[in-house]
Amino acid sequence: MGKYVLRRLLIAIPSLIGISIVLFTVVALAPGDPFEELATNPNIPAEVRANLRLKFGLDDPVAVRYVRWFTSMLQGDWGFSFVSRVDVDTLILQRIPVTLLVIGSSQLLALLIALPVGVYAATRPYSVFDQIANTLAFIGFSLPTFFTGILLILVFSIWLDWLPFVYRADIASTGWRWVWDHFKQAIMPVAVLGLAQGGSWTRYVRAAVLDVIRLDYVTTARSKGLSERVVVVKHVVRNALIPVATLVFLQMPAIFGGAIITEQIFRVPGIGSLLISAILANDTPVIIAVTFVLSCLVVLCNFTADVIYGWLDPRISYR
Amino acid sequence: MNENELRSLIDAVKARRLTRRRFVQIVAGVGLTAPMATQLLTWSGVAHAQAKSDYKATKRGGGGPLKLLWWQGATLLNPHFAVGTKDQEGSRIFYEPLGAWDTDGNLVPILAAEAPSLQNGGLAADGKSVIWKLKKNVRWHDGKPFTADDVLFTWEYASDPATAAVTTGSYKDVKVEKIDSHTVRVLLPKPTPFWADAFVGTRGMILPKHLFDAFKGDKSRDAPTNLKPVGTGPYKFTDFKPGDMVRGQINMDYHEPNRPFFDSIEMKGGGDAVSAARAVMQTGEFDYAWNMQVEDEILLRLEKGGKGRASIVPGGNIEHIQLNTTDPWTEVEGERASAKSRHPTLSDPAVRDALNLLVDRQAVQDHIYGRTGIATRNFLNNPERFRSKNVKFEFNVDKANQVLETAGWKKGADGIRAKDGKKLKFVFQTSINGPRQKTQAIVKQACQKAGIDIEVKAVTASVYFSSDVANPDTYTKFFCDIQMYTTTMTQPDPELFMDQFTSWQFSTKENKWQGRNITRVRSDEYDKTYRAAEGELDPVKRAAMFMRLNDIAVELRAVIPVVFRPRVAAISNKLRAPLSGWDNDLWLLKDWYREA
Repeated sequence: MGKYVLRRLLIAIPSLIGISIVLFTVVALAPGDPFEELATNPNIPAEVRANLRLKFGLDDPVAVRYVRWFTSMLQGDWGFSFVSRVDVDTLILQRIPVTLLVIGSSQLLALLIALPVGVYAATRPYSVFDQIANTLAFIGFSLPTFFTGILLILVFSIWLDWLPFVYRADIASTGWRWVWDHFKQAIMPVAVLGLAQGGSWTRYVRAAVLDVIRLDYVTTARSKGLSERVVVVKHVVRNALIPVATLVFLQMPAIFGGAIITEQIFRVPGIGSLLISAILANDTPVIIAVTFVLSCLVVLCNFTADVIYGWLDPRISYR
Repeated sequence: MNENELRSLIDAVKARRLTRRRFVQIVAGVGLTAPMATQLLTWSGVAHAQAKSDYKATKRGGGGPLKLLWWQGATLLNPHFAVGTKDQEGSRIFYEPLGAWDTDGNLVPILAAEAPSLQNGGLAADGKSVIWKLKKNVRWHDGKPFTADDVLFTWEYASDPATAAVTTGSYKDVKVEKIDSHTVRVLLPKPTPFWADAFVGTRGMILPKHLFDAFKGDKSRDAPTNLKPVGTGPYKFTDFKPGDMVRGQINMDYHEPNRPFFDSIEMKGGGDAVSAARAVMQTGEFDYAWNMQVEDEILLRLEKGGKGRASIVPGGNIEHIQLNTTDPWTEVEGERASAKSRHPTLSDPAVRDALNLLVDRQAVQDHIYGRTGIATRNFLNNPERFRSKNVKFEFNVDKANQVLETAGWKKGADGIRAKDGKKLKFVFQTSINGPRQKTQAIVKQACQKAGIDIEVKAVTASVYFSSDVANPDTYTKFFCDIQMYTTTMTQPDPELFMDQFTSWQFSTKENKWQGRNITRVRSDEYDKTYRAAEGELDPVKRAAMFMRLNDIAVELRAVIPVVFRPRVAAISNKLRAPLSGWDNDLWLLKDWYREA
């Protein structure tokens, strides 16, 4: 086990370096210029732009820039944004709480829907409940978030005027009022993301439970005279949830990555909106840092999922 | 309009036969900015207009929060690093310049005690120096007094190339000296008719010396105050998250009585323009939203909500079409669109004239931009109020056909005109943007009727407007026959703006396409007039020359102006906010208040 973990960790290093090279080159080769707004302003002399490019080292060859970035990254220096001239790690840390709150609770909501509905539907396949749950699940994950988001805004903010549609990370009120305000503004983005994710997870949970529920040991458990509740909860769900747990775990990086479109619609200041505005402004250090952090998380979560899988299902051995 | 007419107009203002405002309007009609017009009056000895304030609040504070929505959030709060207007606006909450421009082009003193003029001795008669007297009761947000040292320092800071300030253009050529603790003199390198540039408006915000002193030049990025501004403005800094939120609270020591009105201010960033308009005009969640690049049809519909309206202020933005004078399709000495080549068909003045007749500006205004784009013939400025007088633009397909026919361009079997085997086929490029693609379609349709074949092309804005040397689709390369975009005249003085048709500004491979003459048009008269205007001491003569330059550029058809684009903001019906097209939206934030 220890050997296996060590080997997996060692394999992760070259793949991370590979990822960073690919990311850096692609971003560096992409067209555009962080000082584009300066370029269209006739009052700013061209030398100012040239000077800035020189100062930020944009005129060096890609390989030189990569080595410089990589060595300072190793020392914990993530560079600074060309646009705001703020350190990239500060920018990312500022966005993490909101991202975790909004995306995290939407994933939680998705789980809260997917688990009971999926399991219940699987125990009564092709019943009315199953049919309805299936239909709703399909609707949930086939509607794009940019559509449901705007639809919710139209209904709840504009027609009914119940909920605000501009998300503000710092709200001036205090105490319970503060909690309520946060809750109110988070309802729509969390619902949009949670329902879409919940839809696809419901389908997945249902399928996983259906696979298990037909197995012989479940029939054995039933013939022992155990109550249906105990059979489902203790024998079926436990085994069925092993693949589901892995799936949920692999979803973790997405929580940090934010949800670009939904964040844009509701003006949620999360990582996703940081990334998209950095991309639009050609702010390379921020783009690279955010995407690189995400790739690290993907690699890490994959690895952890593998380890956890073995722990959940002892039949899997490490070699 | 020539020099004499201009002089007689100024005399009329002096003799009070003509109001200042009317003078500004008339001069604007021939292409000068409002600030430029008022500067003419200043030089001619007409006193500054006393800025009338409509501010009605009678005590400081008590107005609750002011909520602004900027769909592109401010990313930094140092005005001298401001990449775009969003950053200038974010900084303007906290920092102030010596003087600012109101919507009629008057110079309004902010940190200055008075606007310099000939009468008060602020302006030297030779046009080589300006004396600014500063207000004495001003304190920085941290309690330190504001003095001439801060002004002097701001100049040192911005003019140092190592600081890499984007405002450096206004400071690098001037010298500033301190006369006493509250007076500074700006020494101009040559007689400068338009002197109100350094320390004025968007690029003139003054920084506190005591906080930035240690962070000049190379260390400029490390200043903690870049993110935590300490200014003199009506609101004090509380919190900033780049790209998301700027927050401030009332400055109880503000240097003007009864101001500001609001207890706190927040500027939320992100999202898109349409939903920002909604949040102000339909749900009333916010008080003000900036830069409404929204179709007028939608604005009109949202205004029916009754909570807010669109505020439309004239400024210097012109959506225009450029015609290439060089050949973009063949390489000459390894360079496309080389200044040494000539466009095979577009170089014929008849073709240019025909194209000018084929741009249906009125239709573009009526069907696409509405109130947010006014048809224009001038390249320099806003002629809105004078459209009836100056209707020199016309849309006439028959006349275009006739012009082409007379010049020998005959229709072929495919309906496309040709001469000497060269067909009238053009590629027309612009950035990807709804209204622009619609405009392209209108032009293409009209051209088809005149036997000109237009192939439209749209490039992603981030590529089109970049200075990427390796990309062939940037607007400065103009490897295309025709292109269209909006140019912004952020500076009231046209000198820098108008150098874009001079022959020494050609955009070429040699200067990495950084030259400003993108159409590579060459006119000896233009060059000569421009050189003369540069050295002209008499502001009236100089102004007349710029009007001539505007005419030459339009007559040469180097550019075909399409619509003038005013600045559009969404504003709550209760909010009173004096706006100006010649400065930031927040230029007079101190006077914003809400009616009961």
